Amino acid sequence: MSNNTKLHHNEPLIRLSKKTALPVWKAWAIRLGAFLFAVLFCAVIILILTGSNPIEVYRMMFSGSFGTSRKFWNMLQSLAMLLIVSVAVTPAFKMRFWNIGAEGQVLAGALGTAAVMIYCGGKLPAAVVYPLMVVTAVVCGMIWAVIPAIFKALYNTNETLFTLMMNYVATQLVAYLIVFWEKPKGSNVVGTINNPYGDGDWFPAVFGQKSFISIAVVLAITIAMFVYLKYSKHGYEISVVGESENTARYIGINVKKVILRTMLLSGAICGIAGLLLVAGTSSQTISTATAGGRGFTAIMVSWLAKFNPIEMILTSFILVFFERGAGEISSELSQSFASILTGIVLFCIIGSEFFINYKINFRKRHKEDKGGEAA
Amino acid sequence: MEERVPAVELKGVCKRFGRIVANNNVNMSMYRGEILAVLGENGSGKTTLMNMISGIYFPDEGEVFVDGREVSIRSPKDAYELGIGMIHQHYKLVEIFSAAENIVLGVDADGRFDLKSETVRIRSICEKFGFSIDLSKKIYEMSVSEKQTVEIVKALYKGAEILILDEPTAVLTPQETKKLFSVLRAMKADGKCVVIITHKLNEVMEISDRVAVLRKGESVGSVETAETDMNALTQMMVGKQVILNIERPAPNNSVDRLFVKDLTCLNPEGFKVVDNVSFTAKSGEILGIAGIAGSGQRELLESIAGLQKIHAGEILYTNPSNGQTENLRNKTPMQIRNLGVRLSFVPEDRLGMGLVGNMDIIDNMMLRSYRKGKGVFLQRKPPKTLAERIIEELEVVTPDAKTPVRRLSGGNVQKVLVGREIASAPKVLMVAYPVRGLDINSSYMIYGLLNEQKRNGTCVIFVGEDLDVLLALCDRIVVLADGKVSGLVDARSATKDEIGLLMTKHGGSEEDEQ
Repeated sequence: MSNNTKLHHNEPLIRLSKKTALPVWKAWAIRLGAFLFAVLFCAVIILILTGSNPIEVYRMMFSGSFGTSRKFWNMLQSLAMLLIVSVAVTPAFKMRFWNIGAEGQVLAGALGTAAVMIYCGGKLPAAVVYPLMVVTAVVCGMIWAVIPAIFKALYNTNETLFTLMMNYVATQLVAYLIVFWEKPKGSNVVGTINNPYGDGDWFPAVFGQKSFISIAVVLAITIAMFVYLKYSKHGYEISVVGESENTARYIGINVKKVILRTMLLSGAICGIAGLLLVAGTSSQTISTATAGGRGFTAIMVSWLAKFNPIEMILTSFILVFFERGAGEISSELSQSFASILTGIVLFCIIGSEFFINYKINFRKRHKEDKGGEAA
Repeated sequence: MEERVPAVELKGVCKRFGRIVANNNVNMSMYRGEILAVLGENGSGKTTLMNMISGIYFPDEGEVFVDGREVSIRSPKDAYELGIGMIHQHYKLVEIFSAAENIVLGVDADGRFDLKSETVRIRSICEKFGFSIDLSKKIYEMSVSEKQTVEIVKALYKGAEILILDEPTAVLTPQETKKLFSVLRAMKADGKCVVIITHKLNEVMEISDRVAVLRKGESVGSVETAETDMNALTQMMVGKQVILNIERPAPNNSVDRLFVKDLTCLNPEGFKVVDNVSFTAKSGEILGIAGIAGSGQRELLESIAGLQKIHAGEILYTNPSNGQTENLRNKTPMQIRNLGVRLSFVPEDRLGMGLVGNMDIIDNMMLRSYRKGKGVFLQRKPPKTLAERIIEELEVVTPDAKTPVRRLSGGNVQKVLVGREIASAPKVLMVAYPVRGLDINSSYMIYGLLNEQKRNGTCVIFVGEDLDVLLALCDRIVVLADGKVSGLVDARSATKDEIGLLMTKHGGSEEDEQ
């Protein structure tokens, strides 16, 4: 029989077992530890691969965000733009609706804004044009978001593919409209859309900062989203639908309605992001790259923060910090080297979740002394 | 029989999951030619312990000996090489494969594999132990009992000498159980070591030679079945004297409350899962619903709760406040509630439907009440009070009301769910398998709660699997077979065998003693 084989295995060298929930501070200590480890590890990589002084490299990266007041405000502006898109995708993600079409929804909002700026700017009073920009941006974002949602609710189509394809439609639409909007003719770029009501900028400077309004709007939306998800009835419904559609049905939540409503909200915020990107940044133009990949990076920001809008301020800061730092060291090293560093840091932070949830057991060595009595 | 070497011996085995200690310092031996019952309440660590023998888990501490030699079982494959096979509660079969294909699956064979000659071998195993099974039948066409047979044959085919069966009778009818037991006896006679995990005392008395009792993850000891009785075993299992009688108050002024008339529901494939079902449920009584798992119980309850599309027939409800009759057919759960129909439903799938596992107790209380109150914001105060009340009154073991319910044990999860459903003072309370996975004390608490609802004049509909409990608790029992009502019996006079026969009435496969 099979049991007289020479089966005498050793205990496995490494085993995993699940941990009970850690206190919040311990979890954060592990994350911080992972970050510090990443910083040290990156230092070793820098030293080995480039021979540069890692401290010097870090100093340069740091100065990318904090070097001067202008860099600091630019960093805040980038942070705000990434944050608002992250906040926008969050309610959908919390509902387990994998909206990877934020890129297209932002672009749709940007397109709507640019159209109002180009066609109505100067022809209608400012008091009409500004609200019209907001409404158009919001409606465009909503349309782009709600189309996949309708198909999901009615026919249970795959929202991941659908939202992804909507991105290409939005990009091509912008490419098409550039033909009409290009300035100067033949340049194939829209160029700066000047503000006909003042001396150039569409958003007035507050405290001497042009980006102040954008940043304030994003902050307000972030806090509002936090409150909405945590304390409102809608937010509760989103959580229930996300956790279990069966439970939602069981307690009488209209799942289709929640899907549509949430995607409309998601799209509306993406639309506002489009508005801020076109009218709120210094370039004041639109191109196929206006969304700039934020629709995808936002997914990472949102997941890293576990769908908590307040924590997203931190996670989007980490990403923006490295992006700006990368720009700073690209003259010395290279742009892709900074990407390597970003990758290492993200890997460590995400990987640390493993140590928060699991414990590693190594093989124990007490076997020998107990073995005697067994036989 | 002097100085027998145990087929499997456990010494000081421990297993922890985080802070939860599933097994602590367990010692146990099992021998060839013997049927050992591993007895313990739900959550006492029986399955975890057996999973360590069958290679699913690895013990944190302690030693495992097979035939006197210390072994280290790191995977189910290791277990099979040692001749250990386990039949899990949830069968692990490929639905679209035939019985024979499932049985040979995973066998390492050199050269060309000949299913035909292997089938002959499988058939000889079947004959030897008295299994009756069609080897070419596909799994998805099989009844639960047939699937179980496939699992057992598979284990034997792979050379298992030590067979562990996890709650094998939970889903069987009394007749199928008898058949299983005769097979187990044949395996014992063949010199195999048979272990059954169970919490049913009458089965322990009937089938086992020896009983090993676990309590709260620790081994309490083992006794020869012949030298003990059910009361002594209960005391070992629970740690204190328990009265095993379920109370059954007489129905008080029963009036007809819910009429189900010619109800038919289709599943997505268009088959009738509820077929022309009619019955009346009365206030102040407990109406039992018996049947083999998957005979339409779930769909029946879901259609009353408004969760299932009704193909034909109606459900009429007499509103006790105004005496009016409402038709619940094809209304949404919300509409049913808005009509003033108080329908509470403890579904089978507690964490998948009745509760949200990742939410804490307070937020789970809110599932029923979150719409209350004006404005767009949630009111967490009333659900918090309710949560605290339920934790106290139903003795829910939890660190606090902010603990996610998935971290609670099965019994406590059920207390939270039933507590919430009862809190809304239902007129009709439907419960499906409310004590599945619960320990004895929690089970009796749930029976008590249902009886309390009955005394309050609630119409209780109880879908159960344990016929002993159904017969002791209910007033009348509707028996379902293949989605049809095969009988309506008075629970005070009916017998288990009678119901068992009704359960398989439409199944076609009448068993006979071999």
